[in-house]
This record gives sequence, C-alpha cells and structure tokens, in this order.
Amino acid sequence: MTITTGAPATATDAQAVAAKRRRRLASGRDAGPLVYLSLSVIVLVSIFPLYYILVTATRTNAEMNTRNPPLTPGSNLIGNIASAMEQANIPLALFNSAWVSALVALGAVLTSTMAGFALSHLGMKHEGTWLGAVMGTMMVPLQLGVIPLFIFMAAVNLVGNPMSVVLPYLTAAFGVFFMRQYLAQAMPKSLLEAARVDGASTRRIFWRIVLPIASPGMAVLAMLTFMQAWNEFFWPIIALNPSNPTVQVAISQLGQGYVHDQSVIMAGIFVCTMPVIIAFILLGKRITSGIVEGAVK
Amino acid sequence: MLLHQNRKGLSTARQGYLYLAPFVLLFFAFGLFPLIYSAVISLSDARLQNPSGGEFVGLENYTALFADQFFWNALKNTVTLGFMAIGPQLVIALVVANLLNYRLKGQLFWRIAIIVPYATSVAAATLIFSQLYSENFGLVNGFLTTLGLPAVNWQSGTFASQVAIASIVTWRWVGYNALLYLAAMQAISPEQYEAAELDGASKFRQFLSITIPEIRGTIVFTVILSTIGGMQLFIEPLLYEGGPTGMSGGLSRQYQTLALYMYQQGWANNRLGYGSAIAFTTLVLILVVLAAGFLLVRLGRALSDANIRRARTQASLVASHPEPARMELA
Repeated sequence: MTITTGAPATATDAQAVAAKRRRRLASGRDAGPLVYLSLSVIVLVSIFPLYYILVTATRTNAEMNTRNPPLTPGSNLIGNIASAMEQANIPLALFNSAWVSALVALGAVLTSTMAGFALSHLGMKHEGTWLGAVMGTMMVPLQLGVIPLFIFMAAVNLVGNPMSVVLPYLTAAFGVFFMRQYLAQAMPKSLLEAARVDGASTRRIFWRIVLPIASPGMAVLAMLTFMQAWNEFFWPIIALNPSNPTVQVAISQLGQGYVHDQSVIMAGIFVCTMPVIIAFILLGKRITSGIVEGAVK
Repeated sequence: MLLHQNRKGLSTARQGYLYLAPFVLLFFAFGLFPLIYSAVISLSDARLQNPSGGEFVGLENYTALFADQFFWNALKNTVTLGFMAIGPQLVIALVVANLLNYRLKGQLFWRIAIIVPYATSVAAATLIFSQLYSENFGLVNGFLTTLGLPAVNWQSGTFASQVAIASIVTWRWVGYNALLYLAAMQAISPEQYEAAELDGASKFRQFLSITIPEIRGTIVFTVILSTIGGMQLFIEPLLYEGGPTGMSGGLSRQYQTLALYMYQQGWANNRLGYGSAIAFTTLVLILVVLAAGFLLVRLGRALSDANIRRARTQASLVASHPEPARMELA
C-alpha cells in the first residue's frame, strides 16, 4: 500500500497524530455550538434570580407591584436598605453570622483534619469500618433532633445565644471524608515514617507536618463550611430570638410582617447574601475543584 | 528497643482514637443523641414553657398522630414535593454534567455560573422565587400572559404551588449535583466511548449505556442525600408565602411538609412531645425509604448480573462463529 498525500509521512508524525488523538479523547469531546447554546440557557436560568435581587432591591415597592415589573436596576437601594435596618437588626445579624460562621468553619475543619489524619495515616484497626460509620452519619437527618437539642440548650441557658448555633455544627462528615482523601493523597506514608524515625511524637507530627501539608485542603473545606454555616436556617430560627439574630433569622423577620414590602425584603437579602455570593465567585476555582475532588467517585 | 517499639505501637493505636474522638464525641452529643432522645420525648407531654418537665404519656402522641388528618396531609405533601423536587433535579443535573463534560472554552466560568445558586441561602432563594411567582405582579405570570397563556395561581393552587416550591429546590441543587456527576464522569476511561463509537452507537445511546452505568455509585449517593433533604423540606414552604400563614404551609395547608408540621406543633402550639412524635416518625420513614432503596439497588444489580451471565452464555454459544465485536462485549 502506498502512502497517499495528507497521511503522516514518517513514523514520528504518525505517533504525534496518535498522541494528539489520545489527548483529545482523554480530555473529552470538543463542544459544538449546540452545547454552548444549551449551557447558556441553563446559566441564564441559574443567574437570573440573583440578578433579580438587585433589580428589586434598587426599586420601590410601587414600581415592583405593576403588571409589568421592571427588569433593570433602579436607584432606591440606599432607601430600601435603611428601611430594612429599621425592621431587623441587620448590622448585628451580619456581625453574629460572621463570628458564628468563622467559629463553625474553624471547629469543623479542625475536627475533620484530626479525624482525616487518624483515618488515613495512623493505621487504626477497622479503619474501613470507622470511615463507613462517619460516612453513615451523613445519612442521619440532624434537623429532626432539634427538640432535644432545644431542651439541652434551654437547660444550659444558651437559647437566644449564637453559641447555641456554633456547637451542633462543629463536626462535618463530609469534611472528615474530604480531609481523609486529601491527606491520603497529599501526604506520603514515608514522610510520616521518617518523622517517626527522627523521634517525633504524633502530636508534633500533626502540628508540624500534617497541618502545613493539609492547609490547602483545609482552606477549601473552611470556605465551604463557612458558606453553609452562613446559610443555615432551620436550627438558628429555633434557637435564636429576633433581638440577637444571624442573617438568615433577620431575613425571615423581614418577610414576617402583614404588609410585604418586597423591595425592602430584597434590600435586606442583598446585604446579607451578596458578601457570600461574591466571595464564592471570587474563590470559585478552588471551591468547584474542591467539590469535584471531594466527590464520591 | 523492644520497650521503645512497644510504647510506640500502643501510642499510635490509641492515638488514632484520640484524633477521631473530637468528631465522634461532638457528633454524638449534638447529632445522634438528640435524634435518639426525641423518641423518649415523644412519649411525654413536654411543652415549650417547661421543655424538660414533660410527663410520661406512653404512646398517646402516636395514637393521636395517626388519627390526625393534618399529619397525613403533611406526609402526602412531603412525598409528592419530594418526588417533584428530586426527580427533575437529578435528571437536569445529569444533562448539565454531560454538557460540562465536553471540552469547553471558559470551562471555569461555566462551572461557577452553574454552582452559584448553591451559594444562595434557602431563605433568600425562596423569597426571590415567591416574588417571581406572585400571582398579579410576578414575572412568571407576566411571561405566560405575554405568550397568550393563562396566568397560573402559583400560591393557592395545590399542584401549582407544589411545582413552584419544587422548582426552588431544583434551582439551588442542580449545579451541586452536576459537579458531583461531572467528577464521576471524568473518571470514565475514553476507550469505552471509542469502542462504542466504532460500533456505531449514537451519543445518546453512549450516555445511556456507558455514562449512566459508570457513575451509578454517585447517582445512588445523590439519591440518598436528596431523599434525606426532601423528607426535611422546611424553609421553602415556611417562607414561600411568608407572614402568619407560613407555618401552615399555605392557606389550605396545600404544601405543609412533615418538618413544617413538626415546627408548628412544637413551637406555635407548644406541644414538644407531639412534635417529637412527628420527628421520630419522619426518621423511621426515612430509614424505611432508604432501606427500600438499598434493596432496589441490590435487586437491580442482581438482575443486571444475571443479564450479563445470560449474555455470556449466549456469546459462548456463538463462539464457534466468532464476531469480533460480540467477543469484546463478552
């Protein structure tokens, strides 16, 4: 068989073409216009409600309550925010949510990293069983235990105190699994063995070796946990009272009145939600890859 | 030397538990124990004013619960809302993941744009959607009437309001599930698609016969988590209409869920014992649903294994006239 024009002239060319083809296959098929079109429609649906917060928050209630409500932002944001502040203590809510979410993130990341270290490097007996049990706790619906939890918080005088929101969220099964995967991959056993030979205690190894290696993973987990704590609603609305709220409790208060001023509600939501959404978008690369890495494959 | 090893051996074994302990203890104290203890409280008439001082009343709360038409209404709503929210949510997520699995320009942009709803709090999402679905001034009805379609009563229509609430859940969770599916899809070896391509399988066929079976584990995982989430739907129905009717889940309780009914009984009607009975019953129901799900998955696996065995026997029967493609499949 003769080699026709256009076909690879030399063996190296043929290899290069084959390699290119393999690479193309490995990284997936190229997206056509239809894929981009479908994705654009989906993205539009997923972004529009967020854009509409901005539209409503910057308009007056009268402007929104028309047959054809506006689709572009107006100029009433400051006025609406001021009214929202009168209805709920939003500065206090922002402050509370910030420290509650930070404590939750810190605590959950620490307990997860410790447990992840134990389940990846300490050679525990029945390691698989323990990991299975931790994963199993993801199937336990914690919210259904709110009544005993409320009774406990009442007994220790923490009802109404944002600390009551911190305590139940100091553990995260997802976090344990995530940190275990991360450490198993990022920290070679030989490093641990070398440190042992040098006579380092487990505590020293944890603080001096594990934490520095785990810190990128811990950062991703901290962002996810902070966001979840910030958005938590069910337990805070039970455990806290309106005079000392977190942001979600404050938002729910805005909607509780007999007269609904949508623009004021949305202004409150705008102030309480945008910080997390903006941070999420800015840190999006690390967060999305974190979710993908932590996924059960 | 021996002493040294002994000390070290003991200490690592023990230290494993030591490092696991904070998670286990905190989870038990604030997660598992309250859940179990709700069974005890459900046997008492504990009230909000005196939460721990309830008197033992036996199964009274449960007999009352089973005769309570609002409980059955809440159970029915939870199931229908659950199906409406979980089914479309996971199907759309699969489609989105499949789209994201193409080689895309601006890959990161698409991923973030799709996951952003997950960063929005449920409370915020619900309040935005309740405005979009507003009967007279909402954009959705505005859009429908522009198209010449009749406006829908998204708030008091039973089916319509449940669709509206399910759409909020779907909106928030599609992106998250899509990313989980995407992660699983990226672990599938490209050779499988290549072989299917050579056999002339269409893209859709490849999706059904390769992609779906390969990520079955992840699908089961998301079904479990969404089922648990679906059984606990609370904030969406509470805030959808807002105001004082929030707790009853609409004027005619048309979307009052079990979690919402528990909240109403426990906190608005002061009946913590009765609320605990609702919570504990919900827990048992979740476990039953999950157990049934596991059995179904096992049954499905057994059936598909049997199919493979049958196919193999057939393949060995025709092996005297070997066809390359069929041999490869076997």
